[in-house]
Amino acid sequence: MSVDTATVAKIAALARIKVTEAEIAAMVPELNGILAWVEQLGEVNVDGIAPMTAVIPNQQRMRADVIGADPLTGGGVRDAVLANAPAGEHGFFGVPKVIE
Amino acid sequence: MPKTDNELTELGVAAIRDGVAGGTFTAVEVAGAFNTAAAEAQAALNAFIKLTPEKALESAAKVDAARAAGQPLGKLAGVPIGMKDLFATSGTETTAASQILGNFVPPYESTVSQKLWDAGAGMLGKLNLDQFAMGSSNETSAFGNVISPWRREGSTAQLAPGGSSGGSSAAVSARLAPAATGTDTGGSIRQPAAFTGISGIKPTYGRCSRWGIVAFASSLDQAGPMARDVRDCAIMLEAMAGFDPKDSTSLDLPVPAWETSLNADMRGKKVGIPREYRMDGMDADVARVWDEGIAWLKDAGAEIVDINLAHTKYALPAYYIIAPAEASSNLARYDGVRYGLRDLPQGAGLQDMYAATRAAGFGAEVKRRILIGTYVLSAGFYDAYYTQAQKVRTLISRDFMDAFQSVDVILAPTAPTAAFGLGEMVSDPLAMYLNDVFAVPASLAGLPAMSVPAGLDKQGLPLGLQLIGRPFDEQGVLDAGLAIEARAGFTARPAKWW
Repeated sequence: MSVDTATVAKIAALARIKVTEAEIAAMVPELNGILAWVEQLGEVNVDGIAPMTAVIPNQQRMRADVIGADPLTGGGVRDAVLANAPAGEHGFFGVPKVIE
Repeated sequence: MPKTDNELTELGVAAIRDGVAGGTFTAVEVAGAFNTAAAEAQAALNAFIKLTPEKALESAAKVDAARAAGQPLGKLAGVPIGMKDLFATSGTETTAASQILGNFVPPYESTVSQKLWDAGAGMLGKLNLDQFAMGSSNETSAFGNVISPWRREGSTAQLAPGGSSGGSSAAVSARLAPAATGTDTGGSIRQPAAFTGISGIKPTYGRCSRWGIVAFASSLDQAGPMARDVRDCAIMLEAMAGFDPKDSTSLDLPVPAWETSLNADMRGKKVGIPREYRMDGMDADVARVWDEGIAWLKDAGAEIVDINLAHTKYALPAYYIIAPAEASSNLARYDGVRYGLRDLPQGAGLQDMYAATRAAGFGAEVKRRILIGTYVLSAGFYDAYYTQAQKVRTLISRDFMDAFQSVDVILAPTAPTAAFGLGEMVSDPLAMYLNDVFAVPASLAGLPAMSVPAGLDKQGLPLGLQLIGRPFDEQGVLDAGLAIEARAGFTARPAKWW
């Protein structure tokens, strides 16, 4: 499978990355080179093989159902959460207007 | 007798720990010596994104005070280290070498770095790396290339320190830090260690908590130490590893006493040599060093066994589907809303802001991988690419498990060549990816794997040998690494030009 300029433009839109036409033109051969190379995986017989889900067997755990059991990941840290926001205003994340 | 700065920066982790504990020198003297070395080298090597001499001195002063008060000292008391700038450090900028994190200052500390500080280590600074750890030469950093302290004989051409932990490898090999943290997704600890003549180990997936490490590909990312020898790696890893309930893939296992259990006697051990790694057109020096490694392990008492890892050639293409797929998902969080850079063009809406922010903040290689990942996960292509790659990953893991029925540890080269020059590979992403051909299989299988320096190529550049072990058997990897280290007699180091 290979990609053309329209496909790259569509992928970039899905990935929310603004790209210029010149950038798309440069990416088409690069991505096609990489995609042609990974194509060889199609040669491998995977009949009856399950896709890997966990690289090292591990048990799923539940944490104790306690509010703020871990002070780092518990609640009540609004100001710390907002401290790095480009536009943290009035205790909220500020974004451009989304409703007309 | 007091030591000079130059004598102190010659010391490794164990020697510093023992010297501080024994009162031969103070932790503050050690921190001062490495602070000076790091500052002097910064303009030439660019190993650090940010130097934090005050942090190193502060930790050292605490250790000296604790010792004076007769309090017990930690495993790394008085050892100043470099911290790859992928680990969140509370109150100190954490960039992942990307503009998109802007002036992000974490209000929390990563689990691994916290464990190191708790053990008495101090931070010399945040080390440069490939942007989001995506690269094999440290040329994708938004903060400039790291220059390897190594040079080819008779040349002043700038060489790559490897990647993505290129700041870590350059700093340790140039004696700017006795040890550093690294992270390894597809070879990012082992390949830079090999390129710069130092040691580095990626433990079993889950040994070190990923909490607070900027995510690249979560099913592959593992932290590990880089240092000048095997013992120093063992000491560092003991401090870094351990169960963390904040990481859902963290292994709930006790941390073994790797350092005190070190044993280079390989009698009764079987070492596997994977024939698929001996590729057509293999670099002659790499092949020679591999053969020497086989002879050294035989000399240490090991039995050598040929093994098959039949799906080796498919590991790299599988990796370049799985890692970008996970990256495209992980990096969706950089949206210009919650932290980091925001690019809000005049009159732009929310979607335009996302696209402009991500266009301005991500470097070319990061964008390339996000686009590949987005494509292979998109409707209609998911099964053909991603599911197929995860099935191949199962087969690669199974190859290793079959091999470990008959051998205890596997010996292979770390990288297909010695360090290449800066700029030599950047124009061809695929050629750059191929540099990780020997490192990626163990990453896909989550296995502990280490690189130890083994010799020099004909240009006078270091070459590494890789040891791959069973899940949870870091000890077997470290022991075989020690057996090689003891016989390789690797004492080469870069002549100081910086």
